[in-house]
Amino acid sequence: MSEMTYLRAISDGLRTEMRSDERVLLMGEDIGVFGGAFKVTDGFFEEFGAERVMDTPLAESGIIGCAIGAAVVGMRPVCEMQFSDFIACGFDQLINVAGKMYYRQGLPVNITVRLPSGGGFSGGPFHSQNPEAWFMHSPGLKVVAPSTAEDAKGLIIAAMRDPNPVIFMEHKNLYRHVKGEVPEGSYETPFRARVAREGDDLVVITYGAMVHRALEATADTPGASVMVLDLRSLVPLDVPAILDAVRHCSKVVIVDEANETCAAGAQVAALIAEHAFEDLDGPVVRVASPDCPIPFSPPLEAAVLPSVDRIREACHGLLEY
Amino acid sequence: MATSTSELPSGPAPRAEDPHLTPADSVGLLRAMLLMRAVEARAMNLYRQGKVPGSFYDGFGQEAVSVGSAWAMAADDRLCVLHRDLGAHLVRGVEPATILSQYMGREAGITSGRDGNVHFGDHRTGCVGMVSMLPDMMIVATGMAMAFKLRGERRSALTWFGDGSTSRGDFHEAMNWAGVQKLPVIFVLENNQYAYSTPTNLQFAVNPVERAAGYGFPGISVDGNDVEAMFEATRIARERAIAGGGPTLIEAVTMRMHGHGAHDDMKYVPKALVEEWRKKDPIDRQSARVAALGQDVDALRAEVRDQVEEATKVALAGPMPDPATATGRVFHPRDADEILLEDGAAPWSGFRS
Repeated sequence: MSEMTYLRAISDGLRTEMRSDERVLLMGEDIGVFGGAFKVTDGFFEEFGAERVMDTPLAESGIIGCAIGAAVVGMRPVCEMQFSDFIACGFDQLINVAGKMYYRQGLPVNITVRLPSGGGFSGGPFHSQNPEAWFMHSPGLKVVAPSTAEDAKGLIIAAMRDPNPVIFMEHKNLYRHVKGEVPEGSYETPFRARVAREGDDLVVITYGAMVHRALEATADTPGASVMVLDLRSLVPLDVPAILDAVRHCSKVVIVDEANETCAAGAQVAALIAEHAFEDLDGPVVRVASPDCPIPFSPPLEAAVLPSVDRIREACHGLLEY
Repeated sequence: MATSTSELPSGPAPRAEDPHLTPADSVGLLRAMLLMRAVEARAMNLYRQGKVPGSFYDGFGQEAVSVGSAWAMAADDRLCVLHRDLGAHLVRGVEPATILSQYMGREAGITSGRDGNVHFGDHRTGCVGMVSMLPDMMIVATGMAMAFKLRGERRSALTWFGDGSTSRGDFHEAMNWAGVQKLPVIFVLENNQYAYSTPTNLQFAVNPVERAAGYGFPGISVDGNDVEAMFEATRIARERAIAGGGPTLIEAVTMRMHGHGAHDDMKYVPKALVEEWRKKDPIDRQSARVAALGQDVDALRAEVRDQVEEATKVALAGPMPDPATATGRVFHPRDADEILLEDGAAPWSGFRS
């Protein structure tokens, strides 16, 4: 074990897999000599060379589509979108080509698409989005979103080994703010939920950066113990873990950093309504970004993203219900 | 580099002088075109009988494009096949009964009823199935070529697409990427004069074959109704590709002789234009060549007709898919064997020497 940041853990996972599997190829804008906009691939160019750490043209559809082509002839490409927002430019290849290939003709597409996502640093409407639900709604794509350094490494390795297209949501706000003990060598984190904190009276179900915000918001809840369930994987969604947590706690708050409508949490709420209605001791409460673009100016952005206070208020209100 | 479409020859083409095609190749090319036309004609009948769901899309009059270029591709080359290019599937070894099953949404079709008409690729023949977003496969083919180059393999990738496809950004992204990385990929622009009802003068201001120069590689125009010319242009492009010379854009000048789909009466196409192109029918032209070789073309036609009738019986006897399978196979299981594209048939005599 060694302590490292969430960002370094992603780098460590990529490097570990590249050393053991020559089929792994990184593709993206400015990831080679420059080491990537966030430096996730810093030093990779020197170790693996220009062919395996490929500086591509500024062409997101090209990146995803070329990765698909390389995958079906035996490579294991990992694509970096410089910011998750730019996946909109590569959406068609991902949804229509990658997501449906195996279903239609039995040909799996082993690609991993890394999406640096999330807000909180005045990135504005085009550098702050959380587009994970776009992919949840499109069959054939897996979606994972680690919140810890250990899971970031384990999930990026598991994503590369998964024979299907995997969207890897890496939260920019966690890159350098989150540190943790990370096992040496190679390991996989399963595409299942994890209990981030045990508790009995209420469960906060969330993922990614909001796991940390939920832990902070519920660290001190006098007279109540609050569970935090970190989903880790959005497709597949760990339905048994969600329902077990709801049955155990009977009260649930669901937190998304993404815009509220049809967010991952909306699907979680629907599952609970369908399968655990009788186990609830109160309404399902949601905290999410309202349905507006993520604004640039700090007070505006803070008014949109779910804050520790909003999550705490939601939990307190439900505990008193 | 490019020639304008008005310079194209019409009428029966002389026998190609280059020595790359044997008489058996010439017969094989004709046979594949006859088979494509017969399978599609049979499928159109099945459509009219209500046995082909949705609509039906064919490549009537364009058989030379896919047959000629697929003929030049090696077994370990890889192809992304579009919806006017059934001939490529036949050349690579897909059985007519499997194709007819595919059209009818039957279990024995390539996609087991999950997708329709020509939306398929048999991975056992080295082919990736198209999607409806037409230039998408240009990028996928570019990616396959990229992998070949990275691994130092002497292989190439080829894809077809239409005149309408040249308007979308993926055309640019593929051409630019392939040019920058000098990849072994062959782009076959199937200019059949119409994208659904939109004529080329509403599609582009400059013939897209001219654009190849802007991406740093050659663009050539070929008579798309001459199967041996299509073969030869592709053979040269492939030689260039596997020798490290980079991509080639081949404009196959042809004409869509049927509607966009079976539902389209194509009233928007001037009758005189269709009549003009009917005289350039690629099968008539190749038949004249093959007859000049002393081959019995009528016997070949009869043989193909019998083959398609037999295939139709097989396809019609096959079951529809089980509704319980509709939601299966969305994800490939982790512990299953890896599935990749496999080598297809490569009937050109040049690969057997």
